[in-house]
Amino acid sequence: MRKVIMGNHSLSYGALLSRVQVISAYPITPQTQVVELLSEMCASGELKAKFINVESEHSAMAALIGASAAGARTFSATSAHGLTLMHELLHWAAGARLPIVLGNINRAMAPGWTIWADQTDSLSQRDTGWIQFYCSSNQEVLDTIIQAFKISEKVLLPSMIVLDAFFLSHTYEPVDIPDQVVVDEYLPPYKPKYVLDTKDPHTFGGITSPEYYYEIRYKMEMGMRESVEVIKQAGKEYGELFGREYGLIEDYRCEDAEIIFITSGTAASTAKVVVDELREEGKKVGNLKIRVFRPFPFKELRRIIEHAKKVAVIDRNISFGHHGIFAQEVKSALYNHSNIPVFGFVAGLGGRDINPQTIKEIYHITESNEYPSEKVFWIGVKK
Amino acid sequence: MRLSIPEQELMTPGHLACQGCGATLAMRYTLKALGNDTILTFPACCWSVIDGPFPYTSLKVPLLHMAFEATGATASGIKAALEIKGNTETTVVGWAGDGGTFDIGLQALSGAAERNEDFIYICYDNEAYMNTGIQRSGATPWGAWTATTPVENFNSIFKKNIEEILAAHRIPYVATASVAYPEDLVKKIKKAKGIKGFRFIHIFAPCPPGWKTRSEDTVKLARLAVQTTVFPLYEIENSEKYTINIVIKKRKPVNEYLELQGRFKHLKEEHINFIQENIDKNWEKLLKKAGLI
Repeated sequence: MRKVIMGNHSLSYGALLSRVQVISAYPITPQTQVVELLSEMCASGELKAKFINVESEHSAMAALIGASAAGARTFSATSAHGLTLMHELLHWAAGARLPIVLGNINRAMAPGWTIWADQTDSLSQRDTGWIQFYCSSNQEVLDTIIQAFKISEKVLLPSMIVLDAFFLSHTYEPVDIPDQVVVDEYLPPYKPKYVLDTKDPHTFGGITSPEYYYEIRYKMEMGMRESVEVIKQAGKEYGELFGREYGLIEDYRCEDAEIIFITSGTAASTAKVVVDELREEGKKVGNLKIRVFRPFPFKELRRIIEHAKKVAVIDRNISFGHHGIFAQEVKSALYNHSNIPVFGFVAGLGGRDINPQTIKEIYHITESNEYPSEKVFWIGVKK
Repeated sequence: MRLSIPEQELMTPGHLACQGCGATLAMRYTLKALGNDTILTFPACCWSVIDGPFPYTSLKVPLLHMAFEATGATASGIKAALEIKGNTETTVVGWAGDGGTFDIGLQALSGAAERNEDFIYICYDNEAYMNTGIQRSGATPWGAWTATTPVENFNSIFKKNIEEILAAHRIPYVATASVAYPEDLVKKIKKAKGIKGFRFIHIFAPCPPGWKTRSEDTVKLARLAVQTTVFPLYEIENSEKYTINIVIKKRKPVNEYLELQGRFKHLKEEHINFIQENIDKNWEKLLKKAGLI
C-alpha cells in the first residue's frame, strides 16, 4: 500500500509492522507524532502493545529495559534533550545486550533553545554501544525500523534510527507500506534465549569484578563487529522481499568520481541532486552516503573512495575543539590506508539549510585547493 | 505448632551482606511471603552487592539489576511485558534502598504510583547511603551523624514522610514493616500480593556499620524503633484508611533507642528532648488518622 506520510509516521508504521509489544515514551518536539500515532494504534487495537506514558525519557528507556529483559519487543522515540537524558540508560541497554529499537529525531541541543535539525544529540551517543542508522527518506525510515529489529535481535545490541528534524520528521512523502504477512515472514517474533523467567531464574547485570567485566565488553565489541555482516544480510533479504535493498553505505555515481561528497541524513539527498548538476557540467563527482554510523563501515568506505582524488565530508555536527564527527571518522578509516586529502565541512547546524548552493560551495572549495587549507571549513557563517 | 511464616527459603546463605544486616532479613521474609513466582528489580543499593558477584547470586528468583533512579519505571516495563505475553500471575517487585526511593528514584517512583502500575515497590530503609559508605539521604533522621553530616554539623533535616507522599498518589496500599516483627511483615507482603495496583511497603532495616551498633542488636533496635514509635507499624489503604498494626500502649522513651547507636552519641539532652517532642507529635497525628483518639 502506498501512502503519503510524514517521516514521524514512518517510524510509527515501522513499529506497527514490527509488531512491537511494549512502547514507552515521553513527548518532545519534533518526535511527538511518532508516539501519538502509536498510542492511537494501541487504543484502537490495531497494534496489540502496552503503551506506558512515563514521566521522563530516562524512565521511558528504563521501562523498555525492563520489558525487553522480560522478553517483549520494545520501541520508543525521542529527540535531542530526551535522548541525552536517556544517555545513562543507553549504555545500560547495550551493556545488558537488549535489542531495543529507538527512533531519534536529530535536533540541536540548547542553549539557545531550538527545535531544528543537528546531529550532535545522536552522535554524542556514539560510544554507548548502539547500532546507529542515519536515514534520508521516509521510505528508508520505515524499512530501517523493520530491519533494525531483525539485526538487533540477532546480535543482541540495541538500534537507533536517526532522521533529521523537520527536513524529514515533518515532511510528507509517498511511502510504500509493506504487507504485514510479508513483514511477519521477514521478522519472526522475538524469542530471547535469556529472559526474566521464574521457571528458570537468573540474575542479570549484577556486580562484576575485573575478572569478568573486560570479557563482557569484548563480547559486546564482537557483537558490534558481527553486526556488519548481519546488517548487510538483513538489507539484502529485505531487498529480495520488498524490492528495496540496503547496505552500510550508499554510493551514488562514485565509480569514476574524482571528488566524493561524504554525507548522511537528508543532506545526502541534496548532495545527489548536486552531483547530477555538476556531472552535467562535466565534473567527475559522486556522493557517498553513510547509512550506518555504528558499526562504522571502514571497509566499504575505503573501497569506494580509494579511486577518488579528494573527499569532502559534510557534517551537520561539531565536536568542539576538533572536527565534524563524520570527518574524524572518515580520517580514522583512511589512516594507514590512503593519503587522499579529506576536506571537513561543518554546515547546517541548528536547522540552517544545507541547500544545493551550500553543497556547490563545498565542491568549489574542495576542487580549488590541493589540500585543505583549514582543519575544518565552517560554511555560511555570518560575519 | 502452626507456623505463620513459610519454611521455603528463596534466599541462600553465601551472600555478601555485613553481619547483622537488616536488609537481608527484609529480603528473606519478603521472598518467603511471595514465593518463587516473583521477579525482582534492584537499582544501585546495598542489595546490588549483597546478591553476590557475577556469575553468582544468592536469590532463587529472577533479578534484573538497574540504574539508581530507575526502579519505578523498570518494574513498570517488566510488568507490561509479562501482561502482553499473557502472564498475569507473576509478582513483580521493585526493591530499592532509601536513597533510591526517597531521593534519586522518587521521580520514577511517583510516575509509577501515579499510573497505579500493578507491582509491589519495597523500600528497605537503613536511613543513609550505606553502600557508598554512610552518606545522608532523605531518610536519615534528625540528629544523626553520617559521613556527610559530621557531628559538628549533624543532620538537621527531618526524614521525609514517604508514606504520606505515596498515599497522596491515591494508591491502594501503603504499609510500614520491620524486620523485628516478621509475622506482621510477612502478613503485609502477602496482603500486598493479593491487591491489584501499586503497592508500597517501607521496611525498617537497621545497619550495624552505618549506625555504629553491635551486629547482634539489629532486631533489638528495630523492635525499639517500633516501641518508641520512631517507626510505627501501620497501613494506609486507598489513601484514607489508616490502621496501626502494633499499637504501643506504653511507649518507651526515645533515648533507649538512641543510646545504643554511635551515630547519635554526640547528641545533648536538649537534642534528645527535641527528638522526643517530634516523635510524640507524629504519633499523636497517626493515632488521630487511625481514629484512635
